[in-house]
Amino acid sequence: MSLSITLTINGAERAITLDDPRITLLDLLRERLDLTGTKKGCDRGQCGACTVLVDGRRVNSCLTLALSHDGADILTIEGVAQGATAGEPLHPVQAAFIAHDGFQCGFCTPGQIMSAIGMIQEGQAGNDPERVREAMSGNLCRCGAYVGITEAVLDAQRSMAETEAASGRRNAA
Amino acid sequence: MNRFEYARPATLAEAVAAGAVPGAAYLAAGTNLMDLMKGGVMRPGHLVDISRLPGLDRIERLGDGGVRIGALVRNADLAYDTDFARRFPSVAEALLSGASAQLRNAATAGGNLLQRTRCTYFYDTASACNKRDPGTGCDALGGENRLHAVLGWSEHCIATHPSDFCVPLTALDAVVEVEGPKGRRDIPLENFHLLPGSTPERETVLEHSELITAVRLPAEAARFAANARYLKVRERTSYAFAVVSAAAALRLEGGMVAEARIALGGVALKPWRARAAEAELAGARPEPVTFRRAAEAALADAKPSGDNGFKIELARRIIVRTLTLAAAGTPERMPALPASPFSGAITHA
Repeated sequence: MSLSITLTINGAERAITLDDPRITLLDLLRERLDLTGTKKGCDRGQCGACTVLVDGRRVNSCLTLALSHDGADILTIEGVAQGATAGEPLHPVQAAFIAHDGFQCGFCTPGQIMSAIGMIQEGQAGNDPERVREAMSGNLCRCGAYVGITEAVLDAQRSMAETEAASGRRNAA
Repeated sequence: MNRFEYARPATLAEAVAAGAVPGAAYLAAGTNLMDLMKGGVMRPGHLVDISRLPGLDRIERLGDGGVRIGALVRNADLAYDTDFARRFPSVAEALLSGASAQLRNAATAGGNLLQRTRCTYFYDTASACNKRDPGTGCDALGGENRLHAVLGWSEHCIATHPSDFCVPLTALDAVVEVEGPKGRRDIPLENFHLLPGSTPERETVLEHSELITAVRLPAEAARFAANARYLKVRERTSYAFAVVSAAAALRLEGGMVAEARIALGGVALKPWRARAAEAELAGARPEPVTFRRAAEAALADAKPSGDNGFKIELARRIIVRTLTLAAAGTPERMPALPASPFSGAITHA
């Protein structure tokens, strides 16, 4: 079987040839494609630092083979601000993490942000901090910035909903 | 991780044929298998990637009112399927109490049944483990074993089965559909996992290259929807395996228990159906004294396998509490902390 796959990564289609079937999606991103924003924490699915979106769903990229995702659409931290406006160059979740001091050392932050983007798309947590904490429990922060992280996620979710509502009103007008 | 040959067959028949190669393992989401391979605990020479097999990712409502859950249905998709969660709420609650959101987005129904124990001695290749390397002994015996089994264990293995999903499924008489070289067969989930005995390396009744294609719940399982709960005590509020868990489902008629279903998690090497406890409840009034009698019956044969005697009384109390919650009625909305005793949405009688 050929070890050639095609992935769409942050909007760009990439033809990739793997020399070893053991390469995880995480190692492909970091070691082969120089997308080092996605972090390797535990490499065993326990810390969430490697979280990326695969076909819109947040997953642990350390626990999955790159080969299994032939044809998939991958979004990493490097791709989230694409399409942001000149006035606000960051994704709303990124901006909210800064505004709410949702990190200290920053190592877990790309995973936290990808997880938060996935969580907001899932739409199961609402504005209940307890549900947000539960939904974000797959992302560990060893600095203990959880209070700021929860505030940031709630704030970003609110601002994204407002932006969507405003654009809905514009489209209706 | 060991080197392996990778294949991604296009059909079920090709997958079963590829799985027949000695040393082959099926790969679905890989959330447990990749972890085990990285640690050198499992070293399959061939990986048969079944994650794209057609038709196995559907939740089908059957003509008789039952449901067929395709083996590749992701945990999150099943738990958030509104119709499924309404009819089988304790199964949805168990799913949402397991792992993390990222893992639930990936992990499959079939893979959940086949996940391996989280016994730390099984994962540590420097330790003796009869399950990993038959005949080498069990370092969990006499080791750090406060989380190990209190029912059905043997001197060869005292590990537990880690699944949440399987606990209410066992209580509700789920059936596992399997495809193999000799064709299709159905296996009741209660008989699917094996107790350790003297062969703890044999974990299920599956033959080599048999592949789970679906898990089926019978129509009768939906009759418990109004009074079905799952409760899980763990060492932190979220993202941890059960110390002890319980699924309880009641069918109430005229203020009495017409039928009860109870199963336990975290206590044995298989999801533990507590039929003696169910018999105590049938025809009785749903009240604390009856629940305690049922709990005593469920743990009648329990014995510590080490420093874990506390789990026996903990399991009794979890049974009483889960039955109390079930009798109070399934909540309209999933609690903020599914299956957690700390959930604000849980009220206590």
